[in-house]
Amino acid sequence: MTNPLVEAVPLVEAVDVSRRFSRKLDYAEKIANLFGAGLEEKTVHAVDEVNLAVYPGEVVGLVGESGCGKSTLGRVMAGIMPASGGEVRWKGRPLTSLQGDDKRAMRLSAQMIFQDPMSTLNPRKRVLDIIGEAPKVHGIVKGREMRDYVAALAERVGLDASYLDRYPHQFSGGQRQRIGIARALAVKPKLLVCDESVAALDVSIQAQILNLFMDLRQEFGLTYLFISHDLGVVKHICDRVVVMYLGRVVESATPDELFDNPKHPYTQALIRELPSVTDRRRVFTPIKGEIPSPLHPPAGCHFHPRCPKAFDRCRVERPVLKENAAKVAGRHISACHLNDLAAHQATNATAEPAI
Amino acid sequence: MTPVLEVKNLSTHFMTRRGILKAVDDVSFTVGEREIVGLVGESGSGKSITGFSILGLVDPPGRVVSGQILFNGEDLLKMSPGAMRTIRGKRIAMIFQDPMMTLNPVLSVATQMIETVQAHDRVSRTEARARARDALGLVGIPSPEERLDSYPHQFSGGMRQRVAIAIALLHRPDLIIADEPTTALDVTIQSQILFEIKRLAAEFGMALIWISHDLGVVAALADRIMVMYAGRIVEAGQVDGVLTAPRHPYTSGLLSAVPAAVPRGEPLRPIPGFAPSPLSRPSGCAFRDRCARATDICATEPIRSIAADREFRCFHPHLWSAA
Repeated sequence: MTNPLVEAVPLVEAVDVSRRFSRKLDYAEKIANLFGAGLEEKTVHAVDEVNLAVYPGEVVGLVGESGCGKSTLGRVMAGIMPASGGEVRWKGRPLTSLQGDDKRAMRLSAQMIFQDPMSTLNPRKRVLDIIGEAPKVHGIVKGREMRDYVAALAERVGLDASYLDRYPHQFSGGQRQRIGIARALAVKPKLLVCDESVAALDVSIQAQILNLFMDLRQEFGLTYLFISHDLGVVKHICDRVVVMYLGRVVESATPDELFDNPKHPYTQALIRELPSVTDRRRVFTPIKGEIPSPLHPPAGCHFHPRCPKAFDRCRVERPVLKENAAKVAGRHISACHLNDLAAHQATNATAEPAI
Repeated sequence: MTPVLEVKNLSTHFMTRRGILKAVDDVSFTVGEREIVGLVGESGSGKSITGFSILGLVDPPGRVVSGQILFNGEDLLKMSPGAMRTIRGKRIAMIFQDPMMTLNPVLSVATQMIETVQAHDRVSRTEARARARDALGLVGIPSPEERLDSYPHQFSGGMRQRVAIAIALLHRPDLIIADEPTTALDVTIQSQILFEIKRLAAEFGMALIWISHDLGVVAALADRIMVMYAGRIVEAGQVDGVLTAPRHPYTSGLLSAVPAAVPRGEPLRPIPGFAPSPLSRPSGCAFRDRCARATDICATEPIRSIAADREFRCFHPHLWSAA
């Protein structure tokens, strides 16, 4: 694991990043407004002032349920979607200030691997061209060396090099995901943003691909931002886990710390509800309610309508991320008003002998 | 006690241009009264087709080529389409992975539910509507009276699945076949649905076949588990027994491939290789190419070994000392 004090400059960093999606009013609605209809633009706050630093060599897991903004944050940090507020820094420099060669280098260094490889692979192109096109265009390999280059990459990710002239539909789901990985690796990236990359795969194939990710990390010195809804997967491969809920980061810690000592009631619920073969719990204690619409997020703490421990302050004041005393190891931050209550109780308790 | 469902030597094949695809191949199992059975397997193992075969929902080029499906002692395969219609949706209901498959997007929930009630029972619209409302309430939809007049797109994914479950419950069936109903849902929503299903199955004394690829979900929900591989049930038994002491190498392979099975950061232990294409399955045991225990004898067909509430198809099962 990377020590932030040694590696002071994050590879990629989100500083107060927000991403909003709004639908402009159409003509009919604008005309209606002239007559006093009072229609407003609808805005979805997909990502709401998020800070997240990913240090070189680190594997950061980003977890949350659908609609929490984890994919959007991943895209913004990979530089394929602009932020609508705040800034993304690549090796300490704002993305917006990068020009020319620097910009191109950054674009190549951050690659994404998506959930459904079939929708990201051109069905009319041979695997050879899918993987080889980008390095050829960017001058990483010469045209006549492309086949050897691609063949070496394909072997590395576990594809038979004799299949390079086939088309994507001739491969199984796991093999297609390997094609997607080879394509990302072909431009020698530093950062891989994996957006639910193993979610659609069967458990055995999923294990094969996860092992591949870990081997590649050693071999190519890669940094990962690993986006997933599956806490089990994230726990296994990540150095740090970041939990998001409705556009905000609610908790961040090392996996061991997060699982042994979750602070936020939402994280606690996620861990408790994780179905597991080893822990054969027969009673379900689900948290109530649905994830609110990001069109109208609740005031204060976004989780308060579903939270069993919510009190008055949660309904009005947005909790900020605060440092928690880590029980196991590493830094542990969470955004919950309960932390203040706990701290308050702790200061009262210090009069008594420490445990 | 007669079992609710008894499937004997069921085979469902698809006659494709490239040959005969044996999606379900000589599958036998029983589902007892009030029993929750988990049917697990990877994609393409034939678990969904098994469910479809029971309800007679296999479309050409697929066909149930042999076997018996005894439901309360009657063979569903010998039934006329008309007789089958009185069973389907009334005595056996199905819940699909995608609730939009069940729900018609241009009809209100009330219309669809009333239709379902009146398809089997001669009742007035008002009474049918009352039953629909009660069913929505049962599955935990708040203010069911108002929600009845909503359209499917006005519900969230989790709520839609609840509506689909409510429709399945309208006639208090003896058996519900649920095909990956929580796979597309978030963890907290999945947990809510599992909680409701478990409660309702116990309350109404329904038997349940829960098809899933997620061993964790089945472990938490089911009484008994059946593991399918390449169209066959390779192992079946009580959940506790199968998950703690699997006999078939495929079951143990699946269990050790999940991330929780190895310490954090260590390489995972996937089953080597890929599932064979259903068009060109090897003779004998279909798992033998991926199996560390395989020997020459595995090229011949392994028979079903049935011993003390456990059955498996393997020549070299894991041996566990009786504890």
